[in-house]
Amino acid sequence: MMQKEVPIMGRVVVPIGTQHPALKEPASFILTLEGEKVVSAKAKLGYNHRGIEKACENRSYIQSLYIVERVCGICSHAHSTVYCEAVEELAGIEIPKRAKYLRTVVCELERLHSHLLWLGVAAHEIGFDTFFMYVWRDREKVMDILENFCGNRVNYGINTLGGVRRDLTPEIIEDIKNLCKLMDERLKIYTDLAMGDATLAGRLAKVGRLSKETAIQYGAVGPVARASGVAIDVRVNDPFAAYDEVKANIVVDDNCDVFGRVLVRVLEMVDSVRMLRFMMDNIPDGTISVKVPRKIPAGEVAHRVEAPRGEDAYFLASNGTEKPERIRMRAPTEANWHAIAHMLEGDYLADSPIIIAAIDPCYSCTDRAIQINDLNTGKQDILNWQQLKQYSINWHRENNGIDFAKLKIK
Amino acid sequence: MSIFYLLVFPGFLFLSALGLFMEYFDRKVYARMQNRVGPPWYQPLADIIKLVSKETIIPYDTNKKMFAALPVIALAAATTAIFYIPIWSSHALFSFTGDIIVVLYLLTIPTLTFFLAGWNSNSLFAGIGAVRNLTQLFSYEVPLYMGLLAPAFLASSWSLSEISQFYTTHPLLILLNIPAFIVCIIAVQGKLERVPFDIPDAETEIVAGSFTEYSGRYFAIFRMALDTELVVAATLLAAVFIPVFVANPFISFLIYLAKVFVIIFILAIFRSVMARIRMEQMVKFCWRYLAPLALAQIIINILIKGVLPL
Repeated sequence: MMQKEVPIMGRVVVPIGTQHPALKEPASFILTLEGEKVVSAKAKLGYNHRGIEKACENRSYIQSLYIVERVCGICSHAHSTVYCEAVEELAGIEIPKRAKYLRTVVCELERLHSHLLWLGVAAHEIGFDTFFMYVWRDREKVMDILENFCGNRVNYGINTLGGVRRDLTPEIIEDIKNLCKLMDERLKIYTDLAMGDATLAGRLAKVGRLSKETAIQYGAVGPVARASGVAIDVRVNDPFAAYDEVKANIVVDDNCDVFGRVLVRVLEMVDSVRMLRFMMDNIPDGTISVKVPRKIPAGEVAHRVEAPRGEDAYFLASNGTEKPERIRMRAPTEANWHAIAHMLEGDYLADSPIIIAAIDPCYSCTDRAIQINDLNTGKQDILNWQQLKQYSINWHRENNGIDFAKLKIK
Repeated sequence: MSIFYLLVFPGFLFLSALGLFMEYFDRKVYARMQNRVGPPWYQPLADIIKLVSKETIIPYDTNKKMFAALPVIALAAATTAIFYIPIWSSHALFSFTGDIIVVLYLLTIPTLTFFLAGWNSNSLFAGIGAVRNLTQLFSYEVPLYMGLLAPAFLASSWSLSEISQFYTTHPLLILLNIPAFIVCIIAVQGKLERVPFDIPDAETEIVAGSFTEYSGRYFAIFRMALDTELVVAATLLAAVFIPVFVANPFISFLIYLAKVFVIIFILAIFRSVMARIRMEQMVKFCWRYLAPLALAQIIINILIKGVLPL
C-alpha cells in the first residue's frame, strides 16, 4: 500500500528522473530535500528492461555473442570477452596467445575511452563544459584507433568464440604508439588539473562519501570501490585474457569521495597507457583464432572480467546443445547501484548529479526486470515472463485487434 | 522623438540587435575556447524566430496574466535602463541626480521577474530555481552596488552622466577603481546567471530553473530580456569604469562598441574556464571576498577624496 506522506514544513520531494537532463538513461531518484540538503534518497531501476538474457537463450552461441556485445554501448568489449572466455572454458579450448593479447589491447583501449567519456560527463555535470569538450576531443583519438583496428567505434565485433577476428597491422601498432605519446601529454594535464584545481576540488571533495566498510558492505566494485580504499581489481585478483603477463597495477585511493573517484580513473588511464605500450612491444606472434564446435558440452561456468566500470560477472549454463541453457549477466552498475542512495544522503541537491554520475552508471546494462507501479492503487508488482507475454497479447487484442494468442512463443 | 528613442535608438531595436549580436559573440568566444566551431552570426536571431513560431504552453494552474506579463516586464525594465547610461558622449539621453540608483534597480527587476516566473510556474524545478534566484540576488547585489557606487563617491555625484564627465576630466583616477571593476565584473557574471554562477538554471540539477515551464514566445521574450540585460550591464560597466569619450559622437559610439566587446569577451572567458559552484559556496565567496573588497574600495575612494583637491 502507498503510504500517505505527512508533509513536513520545508521539506520538498524532488524527483530526479525518469527523464532528467542529468541522466543519460532512464532511472528514478526520489530525493527528499530540507532546503538544499538531501535528507533521504530512494533509487529505482527498471525502466529499460530489454529481456536480453532471454534473447540469448533463444539463440545459438555465436548468435548470442552479438547480443551480448550490445548489452552496453561503452564496455561492449568487456561483455563479449567475458562471454567468449566462459564459452571457451566450457568447451575446454585454449585460445592462442596472440589472441589473448589482442583482447587485452582492446580492453585497455576501451578502458581509456570509457574513462575519458566519464571524465567529460562528470565535468558536464558540474557545469565545466570546456573541460568536457577537451576530454571528448581526446577520446575521439582513441575511438579512431578502435575503428581502424576493429572496424567499429563502439560494439567493436573483434571477439569471436575461439579468438579474435582481426589482427594488428604494423600501421595500427604505430598508431597506438603515437596515441600513447599523446595520452602521456594529455593525462599529465588532467592529473594536474584533477589534483591542483581549486574549483574542481571544491566541487568534488567530501561529496558522495562512501567509507571503506560501507563500500564492502554494499558490494561496490571497480573505481568506486578502489576510491574507497578497497583494493579489488579482477585484472590482478583473477587475471583473464593476457593479464597474467601484462601486469596491471591496482590504483587505490583513500579519499572515499567523488574526488577520489576522479583520481582513480585518471590514474587508471595512466596505467592503461603503460600497459598498451608494454603490449605493443611484447605482443607474441602466432594465429589469432581456433575453431570452436557448434555444440558446447554440458556444464556450468561463472566467469568475470574487469570492465572499465568494475567487475562484470557472467554465469553460463550449457545443456550440450548449440543454444545456451541460461545466461546470467551482472553488469558492474548493478553492484555499485546499491550504494547510491547512501551516497546521496546528507549532501546538497547540487551535488546529486555528480554523485549519481560518479559510479559511471549504465542502467540499461543493469535492468533485468520491470516493476509495475499502479498509480491508482499504489500496488507494486513484478511480472514474470508468462505474465508479460499475456499482458502483451491482451494489449494488442484490445488496442489493435490482433490476436497473438495462437502464436507459439517459447 | 521620444518614441524614436524608445523604439529605435538607443531603445528596443538597437538594444535587441546589439543584444543578439553580443549573444553570438559570447557563444562564439565560448565555442572557440572549447575548440568548437561555434554558431553562425544569425544563430541567436534564428533561435528567437524559432521560439516565437513554437507553440506556447501555459501550465493550467498558474496565473495566466502574470505568466504572460513577466517576460515583457523584464524586457521593458532592461531596455529602460539604457536611457540613463552615457553611450556616444559623456551625456546620457536623460539624466538626473541619483539615476545610477535607478539604473541599478531597473537592472534588478529582471531578476525579480525570473523569481516570480519560477514561483508562478507551479513546478518543482521552477520553484527551486526561483528560490536560488533570490538567494543569488542577495549574494551578488551588495558587492555590485558597492562596487558601482565607489567611483560615484570619488566623483561626488550620483548621476551617471556627471560621473562620466568627472572621469573624462580626471582620466588617471580611472586606474584607482580597478578593484571595484573586478568586483563588478564578477558580480555581473552572477547577475546574468552565467557559469560559474549559473546556479539558478543549472541544467543538470534543476532542468532550466525558473524557465522550466516557459516555452514559445514568452520564453523568447525572456531570452531577449537576458540578452538586453547582458548589453545594458556591459554598457553600465563601460560607462562607469572605462569612461573614454571623444568629441565626435560617431567615433565615441565606435569606442563604446569596442568597450562592450571587451567586457563581454572577459565575461565569456570567465564562463569557459570555470566549473559551476554550489549555492553556499557562492554566498560565501560573495560575502567573504567580494563585499569586503568593494567596501575597501569605497573607503579608499573616500580617503583619496579627502587628500586630493578635487
